[in-house]
Amino acid sequence: MDLTLSPSEEEFRDEVRTWLEENHPGPEPEAGLDEVMSFRRDWQRQLHEAGWAGISWPQEYGGRGATMIEQAIFAAEATRQEAPPPANVLGLAMGGPVVIAHGSDEQKARYLEPILTGEEIWCQGFSEPESGSDLASLKTRAVKDGDEWVVTGQKVWTTFAQYAKWCMLVARTDPDAPKHQGLTYFLMDMKQEGVQTRPLVQITGEGEFNEVFFEEARVPDANVVGGVGNGWAVAITTLMNERAGLAFGAISQIQNSLGRLSKLAQETPANGGTAAEEPYFRQRIAQLYIEVETMRLNAYRGLTKTMQSGIPGPEGSLGKWQWADINQDLTELALEIEGAYSLLMRGSDHAVAGGAWQYSFLRSRANSIEGGTTDILKNIIAERVLGLPRLR
Amino acid sequence: MYFDLTDEQQAIKSTAHDFLASRFKSERIRKIAASESGFDEAGWREMAELGWAGLALPEEWGGQGLGIVELAVLFEEMGYALAPSPLLSNTIAGLAIAAAGSDEQRERYLPQLASGELLATPALMDAGTPAEPGAFAMAATEDGDGVVLDGEKTLVMDAASAELFLVATADGRRHLVEKGATGVTVIPEESIDLTRRLSSVRFEGVRVAPQNTLPGGADDYFPPVFLRACVAIAAESTGVAQRALDFSVAYAKDRQQFGRPIGAYQAVSHRCAQMLLETENSRSAVYGAAWAADAEPESLPLAASMAKAYASDAGWRVPDAAIQVHGGIGFTWEHDLHFFLKRGRANAATFGDAKWHRERVADAVLSGATAPAVA
Repeated sequence: MDLTLSPSEEEFRDEVRTWLEENHPGPEPEAGLDEVMSFRRDWQRQLHEAGWAGISWPQEYGGRGATMIEQAIFAAEATRQEAPPPANVLGLAMGGPVVIAHGSDEQKARYLEPILTGEEIWCQGFSEPESGSDLASLKTRAVKDGDEWVVTGQKVWTTFAQYAKWCMLVARTDPDAPKHQGLTYFLMDMKQEGVQTRPLVQITGEGEFNEVFFEEARVPDANVVGGVGNGWAVAITTLMNERAGLAFGAISQIQNSLGRLSKLAQETPANGGTAAEEPYFRQRIAQLYIEVETMRLNAYRGLTKTMQSGIPGPEGSLGKWQWADINQDLTELALEIEGAYSLLMRGSDHAVAGGAWQYSFLRSRANSIEGGTTDILKNIIAERVLGLPRLR
Repeated sequence: MYFDLTDEQQAIKSTAHDFLASRFKSERIRKIAASESGFDEAGWREMAELGWAGLALPEEWGGQGLGIVELAVLFEEMGYALAPSPLLSNTIAGLAIAAAGSDEQRERYLPQLASGELLATPALMDAGTPAEPGAFAMAATEDGDGVVLDGEKTLVMDAASAELFLVATADGRRHLVEKGATGVTVIPEESIDLTRRLSSVRFEGVRVAPQNTLPGGADDYFPPVFLRACVAIAAESTGVAQRALDFSVAYAKDRQQFGRPIGAYQAVSHRCAQMLLETENSRSAVYGAAWAADAEPESLPLAASMAKAYASDAGWRVPDAAIQVHGGIGFTWEHDLHFFLKRGRANAATFGDAKWHRERVADAVLSGATAPAVA
């Protein structure tokens, strides 16, 4: 058992730390999403030139071929320094790895480089209005027409669809096959007439996600990834990559939030002292620290296991569940500490911390829904970790 | 970075697991629990032969010289089996003499403690004082070249089998008093936990010769003894939780209602998933703290309090949930679950409860100590 970094890992961390300190572009502009995206594109270009984009990708495909620990170090350090995300976060974390794992040589040659540079943004077309947790029931149809496929249907919760050149689209190509077998994974060109996107306004008031409508949109046969009818297996790779890649960045992000929460408690007057002196708040803050620490240590145990077995196990679901719980608790506690001031949002003169916690509270409601709902994660844990029988 | 047991640690775990599973079956645990002293001498002798009594004591005094990670591995298995044994109290007494004793005292007691021939137990809490660790009321009144002890200690573990008490006094010192010494009376108490006996011990004008007072002061006990004891008992609670989870999963697969195994219902399976989460979190916190005790002592105070706080809760909540998964049978005396719930509850309140340890965590993090950085 050894929870320290090896000398070469320490060297890697120092290299990451120094590079980020010297190249950090500062906070994102407080402006519309268009400006934010252009800022993130510049940042991704900078990351790519220094070899930090796609650090998990093999070197032959333009990545750094970093070990899992190095990926964890990079994610943790970037979040600790509050570096902005790259513009093409979905392409880097999911699209690229899927093309590398399942794509043809032509596809690798065509798609990988522009993902790394951020020149082409990617989005993910999985969820549909009637297919959320039961993803394999999706109805968007692709019908063969010569050497093309004609796609009709609707996707929802599509992040960055309005900026995307490529969509990782899962569509039904065989309506008669059992539901997991009739699916195919396509790379769909978003810049065509048959594709319409519309922002979906969420409870924060923002339009982070989109609805996407396909009306006889066209995809060449050459854009099938992993073979016709294999869409489910290819999509699962995408989701596994999503979970494995996010853990350490997410932990760092919660550590940042906890630091801000402690500061909020210390600066908020309560009962002639501060909230940080109130036993009730102290107990709850301590419990959050303890839970974050257990999440961090679980992630290390999971990483050790994955490095031995080569594949992330279903235990990763525990981390995603715990992250959602903690992030929600944390923002709820912040509003409790603010008391009546917690009513005031961004834009109010008297809002505490510029209304940041009000936004975080609302945004974190989605944490137990996005990327696998907590209820579904519990099913996965019950069935695949504990071996309990399936209800279905 | 390697956060898992090494092959050697894994071997300790499986040896302990197999030995305890073969020796401590339900009937035997119930027999010990129902006996007058609660002490299973034959079981203790076997554990001593395996070297467990001196596992974490230095080799020069007859111990195995292993670390707190190995100790945690062992106590996790002790909790899993719920083996009634004075191993915890004896281990703590040994750690205390090793940390704060004179060489002469170490020479005199540690080899015997490590071999299991001598049993010792700490006598810490003063009857009637607030339930907080570390503050002692009993005076050590100077008397010639020694001291005299008057007062009553309570919640003393395994007093029936112990021959030697390590008595804490208000000045932060510890004194070695034999059970047979004049003025010592042991009064067995009724504990919620039938598998670990508690007593009160009355000291009436008990004279302690100077060679029987440990030279160390309060600081010599806090990190090296108390925090290690917290890690050990938190490990035990983790094992308790794991066993309650295993009982529940097996039962949920087997028990049929409405024509299906109850584990197919999400009300049951999600409860089991929650139990797994708490058990795994507890284990991670314990091994993080055990590793800190061995390799990074400066982070032990925070890590040990995190582990003890978390395991205090999980150690009884998981068996509590297990009783709900079992339904009516889980509430019967006949089922073993109640022994696990009771040990979990007892451990939760021993060596500082979750609230006490959370306050220490709050103190550390709000006074500027940052959470450990990732990597």
